[in-house]
Amino acid sequence: MKGGGCPPLPLTRQPCFLSPVPIPTRSTIFSFCSDPATLEGIQWYSCYLTTGKHLAFYMSFGTVLLLLAVTAPTALLFGFGGAMAARARFTPLSWLGKIYISVVRGVPDIAFFLFFVIALDQGIEYLRHKVKCPDWDAPIRQGNDFLVCSIAKMPLGDAPQWLHEAYGFSLAVLTFAIVFGAFAANVLFGAMQAVPHAQIETAAAYGLSHRQTFWRILVPQMWTYALPGLSNLWMVLIKATPLLFLLGVEDIVFWARELGGSKTAKFTDYPHPDWRMWYFLGLLVFYLVFTRVSELVLDRITTRLAHGQATVDGEAQRKAA
Amino acid sequence: MSCYQTLQDYAFRAFGYGERMLPRSDFTLCEQFTLIGSGLLWNIYFGVIAVATGFVLANFLALGKNSKSAWARKPAEWFIFLFRGSPLFIQFFFAYFLFLSLKSVSSFFNPLSSAWAGALIVLFLNTAAYSAEILYGALRSIPKGDIEAADAYGLSGWTRFRRIEWPTMMRLAWPAYTNEAIFLFHATTLVFFSGFPAWQQKGDALYYANYFADKTFNPFVPYPILAFYFILLTLVIIAVFGRVNTWLNRHLPQSKRPKLKFKPNLIR
Repeated sequence: MKGGGCPPLPLTRQPCFLSPVPIPTRSTIFSFCSDPATLEGIQWYSCYLTTGKHLAFYMSFGTVLLLLAVTAPTALLFGFGGAMAARARFTPLSWLGKIYISVVRGVPDIAFFLFFVIALDQGIEYLRHKVKCPDWDAPIRQGNDFLVCSIAKMPLGDAPQWLHEAYGFSLAVLTFAIVFGAFAANVLFGAMQAVPHAQIETAAAYGLSHRQTFWRILVPQMWTYALPGLSNLWMVLIKATPLLFLLGVEDIVFWARELGGSKTAKFTDYPHPDWRMWYFLGLLVFYLVFTRVSELVLDRITTRLAHGQATVDGEAQRKAA
Repeated sequence: MSCYQTLQDYAFRAFGYGERMLPRSDFTLCEQFTLIGSGLLWNIYFGVIAVATGFVLANFLALGKNSKSAWARKPAEWFIFLFRGSPLFIQFFFAYFLFLSLKSVSSFFNPLSSAWAGALIVLFLNTAAYSAEILYGALRSIPKGDIEAADAYGLSGWTRFRRIEWPTMMRLAWPAYTNEAIFLFHATTLVFFSGFPAWQQKGDALYYANYFADKTFNPFVPYPILAFYFILLTLVIIAVFGRVNTWLNRHLPQSKRPKLKFKPNLIR
């Protein structure tokens, strides 16, 4: 195992607290919460649901949304790169793009998540090790150990807690982006092929160069073909967010398990039996609402994008107008 | 220890046969291949049964969603929305804790809190919902001419459904359904990471791959082995479903039969 304060990130399903920040156990929002033992009914629940840990639970929904907000554009970027590589005229590059697309899609995504988080972590530390400690002569892999010099650790052993969390989170984002980038690449590749060939020929007839044709003709027109695939991918991405839990990020699944488990009066002011089922029911409802809203928004965008396009949808809009 | 010995010890370890202790140090490539392959049996178990049973339910759900009667349509729509709109991972967790609390009601529910039954039910319902949506889409896109021709031949009701609508629906849906089957097999890897305990370390392929990665802190061996197995599994699924596809289109001349291409599209 790696040395240092925290066990290496992917090995623990539970995140590691280097310097546990004390979370207030009592609600600070309502004044009547000062003595939880006397509370009943609605008051008990309103106090229970506003404890410090519950506030952290609500914040973790923000983590999920943040992950989506960061991952979606990054994955799209990876996808764009992959699709461009796959249709490159330089054959090895096009092979590379196609291998990236097909290998990631052929293997369960969760395996990639578990793999990339360790692989990226080790890769980064290996590179830093090579740069920062060039005269280190012991081998890095010794049996079951992965040893790099201490100044090559990521993040450094004495780094503050938030840096550890931020590093774990960005590894997760990168992993998500690599996996979903392959799927996006597949969609975009298909969309680029779907743009009518006459458009490309016309561009050539006007004397546009290859590059100009790509950026001015192909890319603006491909989105309407890509959108069904991309919106499907967005739905899949939403539903993949709970996997953050497996990557060691304190997300909603982590808190639902933590808060739902049965609590005795010895350790908490709000004892309750095993409520994990209800917490996960809450998460289920959250995801149902989220996907439903996404569906409605994406439908709107589809209609908007079809405007003025040479497709069935676009034609129907033209006739209706 | 020879590789043959390892094979004897661990080939069915995932089901509890053979050596009880997992290897603890000095992992050989053979041990990793054997154990991960042994875990793959669980993935096959979950996948095959869930696909087979889910297919039956999916047919009813697709017909229900296509039904004119709201009594059949609404439940089917809600079922499909419920399982397609939420992550499988959360479904697993929810189901596991639900089964745990059922367990305290009656001992009849005991098997449900172990993976072989509980997770199987979730996978079954999940794939039924996804497949139903595919079949429903196919049902809606049956060419109008086919139905008119059936009418002209005097076919109606059950006969028309059995001889015209259902086979056409299958033909249209099959490529997408193949895709769904592949991703269901991939989804089976979630089982032991989502509440359901791997009792006595009897887990699936990913469980063992993760075990090795944890122990050796080297992800570059077990995960590629896992990937190799899954690519192999995917190819087998495509071969089997391709056979069925050929059979479904047996009335067409050889050159006109649609080929099943390996073009997985993520739909989960």
